[in-house]
Formats: sequence, C-alpha cells, structure tokens
Amino acid sequence: MTQRQTSEADGAVILEAQRITHLYQGRGEQGRSGHAPVVLEEVSLQIRAGELVALLGPSGSGKSTLLRILAGLIRPTQGEVRVHGQLLRGPTPSCALVFQSFALFPWLTVLQNVALGLEALGLPRLQRLKRALAIIDMIGLDGFEEAYPKELSGGMRQRVGFARALAVEPELLLLDEPFSALDVLTAANLRRELLQLWYQAKIPTRAMLLVTHNIDEAVSMADRLLILGADPGHLRAEVQGLPRGQREPHSPAYTHLVDLLYRLMTSPDEDGAALLAAEEPALVQRGQPRPTRPYQTLPHVAPADMIGLLELVQARGGRADLAELGRELQLELDELLPLVDAADLLQLARPEEGDLVLTAVGRQLAEADVQEEKRLFRQQALARIALLRRIAEDLAAAPGHRVDEERYLERLREHFSEGEAEAQLQTIIDWGRYAEIFTYQEEAGVFALETDEETAEQPTEAAGETRRSNIR
Amino acid sequence: MARKLHVFPQQRESRRGLSGSAVYRWLWLRDLILGGSFLFLLCAWLVLAASRWAAPLTPVVAISLSPLALPLYAGYSLLRMLLAYGLALLFTLLYGHVAATNRQAERVLIPLLDLLQSIPILSFLPAVVLALVAAFPRSNLGLELASILLIFTSQAWNMTFSFYHSVLTLPRDLVDVCRLLRLRPWQRFLKLELAAATIGLVWNSMMSWAGGWFFLMASEQFSLGDRSFRLPGLGSYLQLAADRGDPWALTLGLLTLIGLIVLLDVCLWRPLVAWAERFTLEEQAEAAPPRSLVLDLLRASPALHWLRQHVGQPFWEAVAQLLNRLQPQPAGTSALLPGLQPAHHERPRSWLRRGGALLILGLLGLLALWVCWQGGQLLVQVPPATWGRLVLAAGVTWLRTLAALALGTLWTVPVGVAIGLSPRWSRRLQPLVQIVASIPATALFPALLVLLMALPGSLSLAAILLMLLGTQWYVLFNVIAGAMAIPRELLEAAALFGVTGWRRWRTLILPAIFPYLVTGLLTASGGAWNASIVSELVQFHGETLRTFGLGAEIAAAAGAGNYPVLLAGTLLMAALVVLLNRLVWRRLYHLAERRYRLA
Repeated sequence: MTQRQTSEADGAVILEAQRITHLYQGRGEQGRSGHAPVVLEEVSLQIRAGELVALLGPSGSGKSTLLRILAGLIRPTQGEVRVHGQLLRGPTPSCALVFQSFALFPWLTVLQNVALGLEALGLPRLQRLKRALAIIDMIGLDGFEEAYPKELSGGMRQRVGFARALAVEPELLLLDEPFSALDVLTAANLRRELLQLWYQAKIPTRAMLLVTHNIDEAVSMADRLLILGADPGHLRAEVQGLPRGQREPHSPAYTHLVDLLYRLMTSPDEDGAALLAAEEPALVQRGQPRPTRPYQTLPHVAPADMIGLLELVQARGGRADLAELGRELQLELDELLPLVDAADLLQLARPEEGDLVLTAVGRQLAEADVQEEKRLFRQQALARIALLRRIAEDLAAAPGHRVDEERYLERLREHFSEGEAEAQLQTIIDWGRYAEIFTYQEEAGVFALETDEETAEQPTEAAGETRRSNIR
Repeated sequence: MARKLHVFPQQRESRRGLSGSAVYRWLWLRDLILGGSFLFLLCAWLVLAASRWAAPLTPVVAISLSPLALPLYAGYSLLRMLLAYGLALLFTLLYGHVAATNRQAERVLIPLLDLLQSIPILSFLPAVVLALVAAFPRSNLGLELASILLIFTSQAWNMTFSFYHSVLTLPRDLVDVCRLLRLRPWQRFLKLELAAATIGLVWNSMMSWAGGWFFLMASEQFSLGDRSFRLPGLGSYLQLAADRGDPWALTLGLLTLIGLIVLLDVCLWRPLVAWAERFTLEEQAEAAPPRSLVLDLLRASPALHWLRQHVGQPFWEAVAQLLNRLQPQPAGTSALLPGLQPAHHERPRSWLRRGGALLILGLLGLLALWVCWQGGQLLVQVPPATWGRLVLAAGVTWLRTLAALALGTLWTVPVGVAIGLSPRWSRRLQPLVQIVASIPATALFPALLVLLMALPGSLSLAAILLMLLGTQWYVLFNVIAGAMAIPRELLEAAALFGVTGWRRWRTLILPAIFPYLVTGLLTASGGAWNASIVSELVQFHGETLRTFGLGAEIAAAAGAGNYPVLLAGTLLMAALVVLLNRLVWRRLYHLAERRYRLA
C-alpha cells in the first residue's frame, strides 16, 4: 500500500457545484405569501481528488440540504452539480453518504446491510459476499456479520454505516456528521481509524466531504474548510487546513486555527473576507460578503440554558475562551453557537476574538436571584426582540388581553419555511413565558396577559388552562 | 474466507458437540415425519376441496351433524378463510403501495378506501353472490368465490390502511439510503416498504382473521329472495345445530372452531409475531421479545435449513436476476453536452405520463358518474315514508351501539386496568384474551338465542349482546395496553402523595388510558354497526325473527332483493359511520393525542 501523498489539492476535480440556489418547497402549495424561503444562495464549490474537505456552519445554513444536493438526492432550484463533468441528475455510484443517524436497516444483519448496495448493482451472490466480507474485515466488524444493528453499540453501528458506503467503492464519500451521535471516546476512536484507512489509501475513496458541528473535528481532519453562513445559506469563507504534521491539539498552529474559526462562527454579521484579511494568506483563501438579514431570526435555545452559560462565564471573571468552553461542556457548534447568538442578541454578552465577554447587564443578570433574573431578561427581551415587543403591545391593546397566535405565524411564514416559522413561534413562546410577558394557551393557540384580575374574572375553563400551561 | 461463507457454523458445531450425529439424524427423521404428514394432509385437503369446487352447482348442501363430518367442514371453512386472506393481502400490497407512492392516485384511493371501510359488509352480499353464481352456472365455484369475496371485504381494509400508513411514515434516512444505493423498485418494495410494514401487517392480519371468522358464519348460509344458499362449513354446521336445537352438536361445533383458532394461534400467529420482531424500527433490543415454540422448532430444523440453502436460495437468486433484468438501475448522471438542458429530454416522457394519468382519471370519472347515475335511479324509487322509517331505524340501531359500547367500557375498563397494572396477570392472561377475542360472536349467537328466546324484547337484547360480544375485545385490548404503558414512576408518585381510590382513577389512570380507550372505542363503534346486520334479523327454527333497526332493514332488503332500499340503507349506514368517525371519534382522538399522551 502506498502512502497517500499529502494533499496539495492538485488532483482532478471530482465534483463541482456551480451557483447552487435552493428554495424551500413545502408540501402542496408554494408558500402562501408567494415567495418560498431561500435555503441556499449561490453556493459554488469544487472537490478534488486526494482532499478531505470539511463543511462547517451554524444551524440554518443549509449544510444538510447542500450535502443532499451534492449526493443527488435533492435537485437544486437553480445551478448544477457535475461529477467528472457530467450533469448530476440523481444518486450516482460515484458518491456514497454516511448518515448521522446511521440509517441502518434494523431487519437486515450487518452482512446484509453492507451488501445492500452490491445487491442493487445486481452482483451474483458469491461475489457480493466476498466483497462485503472484505469490507467488514477491513472496518473491524469481523465476527459481527450475523448480528442485527440493535445488538450493536453506537460505534459499531456507524462502522456498518461506513462499510455499507465503502462497499460500493465510491470515489467521493459524503459524511453527514457521522460522529456526532457517538460518545466522545467512540467518536475519537472511529475518527482515527477512518483517517488511517484514508492516509494509507486502503479504501478506494478519492475524496471526502465532512459536514460537522465540531470545530476540533474539522481542524484535526480536514485539508480544506468551507464555512457556511445562515439565513440564507451561503459560502462565507474558505480556509486552508493545517498540514498533516501540525494537526496535534495544543500545537500553536492548531490553537490558532481553532480560535480563528470560533471568531468567524461567532460573528455571523461580519464580512468573512474582511475578518480573514488580517490572517496570513497561506491559511486563508477567500471569503464572501454576507447578504443582509431579512428578518430577525431567533436561535432556538431555552432561556435557562443561556443564563447557565452566562453564570459560568461570570464565574471566570466575565470572559471565557469559546473553544475551551465548548470542549469543556462538550457542546458542539450547533449547541454552543445558538447560546452565544442568543446572549448576543439580548446584549447580555458579545463574542470578541474567539472569547465570550459579558456586558454590564449580563454580569448583573448572572449574579441576580430568580426574580431579578427574570426582570432583567424581560427588560432585554422587550428591548431587543421586535416580535416579543409587538405581542406585548398587542396584548395591552386587545380586548380581554387575548391575541390569537395565527396573526404572528402568518407573518413569520412570509420569511421562513412552514416548519421554521413554527419553531420561531415556539421560541418566542418559550422566551415570553420565561420573561412572564404573557401566558400562552397551547390548545387554543392564544396569547394572554397574566394578571391577577384576569384569572379572577375568568375562573372556569381559561383559568384551568392557564394553570395547566404554567405547570407545563 | 471460505470458512466464513457457511452461514451457521457455530450452530453446527454446538450440535455435534452436544451428542454427535445421533441427535442430528433423529432431528432429520423427525423433520421428515412431520413434514411428510403435513404435506399428505395438505394434498388430501386440497383434492377434497377441488372436487367440491368443481362439482355441479348445489345451492343448498345437506349438512350432516355427525361429529365425523366436522374435520371436513372445518377444512372447507379454513380454506375459504385462507384464500380470502391471500386475496386481502395481495390487495393490501398493491393498493397500499400505489396509494402511498403516487400522489395523484392517493387523492382518489384513500377516500375511496375510507368509504369502502364504512360500508356494511353484508350489503355486498346480493350483488357478489348473484354475479358470481351467474358467472359459473354449472359448478360450485361461483358460490365459493362469493363466500370468499365476502370474507375478503371483512379483512382487507384495515390491513390496507396499516400498510399505507407504514409506507407513508418510512424514516426519511432509510428512503434516502435506498435512493443513494440505487435499489431497484422491487428491492425497495421488499427491503424497505414491506419490511417496515410487517409488524403492523401481522397485527392487523390477526384482527382481520377475527373479523373474517365473524362473517364466515354469515357467508356460508343465507337466502336472497326466494333462493337459499348453503355451503358446507363450520358456520352452516353451527347454524343447523342451533336451528335443530341439538346442544351436543352445537358444543362439538364450537369446540372444533375454538380448537382451530387455538391451532392457528399457536402454529401461525404466534410464530409470525415472534418472527416479525426483527422488523421493529426501534434500534434498542426489547427486554422480553415475544417467543414462539413453533418458531424455535422451525428455526432449528435441519431439513428446513437444507431446503433453504439448496432450494430456496438458488431459486430466489434466479428470481432476483430475472427481476433485475426487468428493472434496470437508474443512471445518476447524464453525459449531456453542456449547452443542452435536461428538461428537453424529459418533456416527451412526462407528457406521456401525464396523458396516461389523465386517461385513467377520465375513465375513473366516467365509471364514478355511471355508478352515481345507476345509484340515483335506484334511490329515486325509495318513497319518502321508507326514508323516514330508515332514519328512525338508524336512530334505534345507534342507541343499541351506544348501549353495547357503554356496557363494554363498563366492564373492560376495571378488568383491563387490573390486568394491565399487574405484570404477572398481564403476562398470563394476554394470550388467553387474544384467543377468546378471536372466537367469533356469530358462532356463539345461535347458542345465545336459545338461551334468550324466553325473555321479553329478546332479540333487541340479543342484538346488543352480539354487538358487545363482537366489539368489547378491541376495547379490552386497548385498555390493557394503556394500563401497561403507565410509567412506574407515576404510579409510585401517586402512592407517595397518598393519591388513592377514586382520586387515583381520576387524576392518573383514566387520563392515562384515555387515548387507548378512544382507539378501542373507535374500532368497536364501526364493528357494532356492522354487527347490527347479522343480529337484528335472524332465521331461527325455520322462522324469521326481526327487531326494529337499520341492520334489520338492510338484511331484510338484501334477503328480499329489494335493491333500492338496500342501497338507501347501506348509504345511510356508511354515511352515519363516517360522520360519527369524523365528528366524534376523530375529535376525541385528537384531544387524547394532544392532552393525555404519555410520551
């Protein structure tokens, strides 16, 4: 076996995406307001032989959609994907996908799961068995051929996922957060083994694209990193990965790159190119200015979680390194970023050069008792979140101080997909309830003001509902 | 590598290690004896049935009440059930697959299925029987087919809904895997759709068989106008025994039926349930998976293993190759020149498709129009006074169904909760309850009539009892399942805080079982309506007994060949069932889902 040459990315282009724009298509009618929300905007990328590319981005940046477009599962609204110059019109044998959820067939044995793609190819039985067993052997599943997925641990299951993808000998392996459902140790073990197979060219795969939420994972594995921005998904920056020799954690280059990435990810509104311009040119290639945000987007976090983070930062003197926080709390980007985002939005803390720094109000809140905590949260929420302010105003004006949620959902739907609009409203409800700005009656779908007179006025059904929703 | 190609090396070794080849030879011998006698019985059974089917048409067969005739009758009935079930399964897979994968077809097929499901089965009787007997005027084939089709209509719909629902809710990732690995359509169907639907299908099949037994009794003996029909079978035997007032024969007949049901449960359903366990979508292994002795026997059988390796596998491989040739793998890329848009190439095909779909839709529309026209012409003949009577009758029958449901709920809730909350009792009683539930109420009905005839308003009472007998099991099953699903922590919390007695029922048990209770009542309500047709009008001791109700109206109209009233009554009942489902049960169900689901 020859050692794979350190990838200077001089290989042939395997896959090329040109100006992919994708609109969300709901079931049935196409967005009541007339325009469908944009998921991806003008994304172009190339993947060359010999490289492992990582795709990083906050939630809402359309990573999964992009990956599925590249795999041929989804057709983009505009733009095209080419594999070896040929137009992609559906899944091809050149690409295989490994899923976050493993996506194994629970009723097939390990052997049958691995041989599934070979069966689809129409290979005769013996050939199928031979190839599948060879892969099983290589990936360390020997002895588990006849086991069913439910008998296996998470790590073993994902090995089956890898084996199934590799069995059809794809040129390009697409990895959709393959390690994020595993515990830390198992993930590290599987990562290392995959890299060994890859470095020693034991697998026929010629390139890999890894979608991940984990910055450490991206830095330790990738030759090149693509950073996506959200709302709508767009390519913010492209960063050259470290040379293989320098991917040791705690090496200066490693720490530097991790910090840089955190800085990039926690400042979604800044121009990626401008931010990267200060860096040495060898590391950074280019960035793309971000399109203006059309509407205030709330990160989906529980207020208590965010306040927990603030208290932790306060305990460290009001300033903490995000990379360290993430590692320590074992929070990946998709969990940590929304918290930071929320704190930033409420002006309780702001990200600064890869650190999280509390504001004056943030410090006050982190020290406060429960009642004071809620008061400060309410104050910031009303000042900073337009929709919450609007609901509060509407409630004050409305007869009986009750307002139907449909009114707000309607407006949210103009800017978000159906599911995201509901998620946004749910977050508004969580925050509003926490801040005691309103109560919300889930079954009626109604916001109401919480006042003592009101509960006294309507002692029957509504009061029962309110009590129930409070308990919940 | 070669060693690995054996599929069960460990098992062989352990067997040899156990006590050498003597045991192995004995297992082979046992397999051969069991398999041989099974094959012999099967052949004899089929030859007998075939000769009966091909024999000249005898509308009314003389039934012998001799115990010796019972195995033969049981065989005839079982064959009808099996064939009807096979038909229902085929229908389920085709109809469900098309409805779940084709958006346009779905819009027509699912409302149609909903309608078919709510049409009382016995309303199909005259049309089916007369058409098939006319089609095969010289042999018993038409009559047998008619009976089979009737049973089919009692089995197919819930299975189809279950399959459709399973395919519709397939995990997205698995669907994506199928597309990525470019599985051919037949592979996708077998490995994904059918596999994911298996558990639902097995459970619904068991329900369908219970329903099938219920209507087998009614479909073996009936009269249309001045023509009487009687097929040899267990149903005819039981009815004749009751009619003659022969308690000995009645008991024997019932015992045979129960024996048959138990045999099927042990040899067919229990192994199937245990086998289907592998098709759960949950990725965790269950603590106590269902087991079956028969399945263990089959799995350990060397003869079956040999057959699978030397006959099954090569045969299946050949079939797969053939199917592969018929369905080529889709290509993922096209070698088009850069300037050429793919849309140009697709256009003619999509046009062809759209044209085909339009044509089919048009034909279906014409058919629907024709049916409506014919139906309308029939309905015009129904005088307003008859409509009034039908509506009144519907009200009476509705009250009966309510009474049956109320009685059912009253006893099943305490008993079901008691069973469900005690792990020991639920383990012991559940299989028993399952068997008891699949004994058809219609088989007990003649015996019931003998007992109840002396009471005033006897038939009205008997009708309610029959509805109860036919439907209470759905409720009981669901209540047991609901009680078993109450988290232990909640029960412990209730005990800790001193929540006992009625308060415990009100705050914990009733809300917790509510969703299950609604599910059970929903099924039971439909079943009760259907049962009204067989229970409100009966032939007994050579005379016709009837009570006032929609079921009686429909049964009488069917018997007399009064098609306008039959259609009016059927439509009324179907409309009522659909309406009640939509207005009452679905709403209750959604309420239960939203507020009381313990998840």
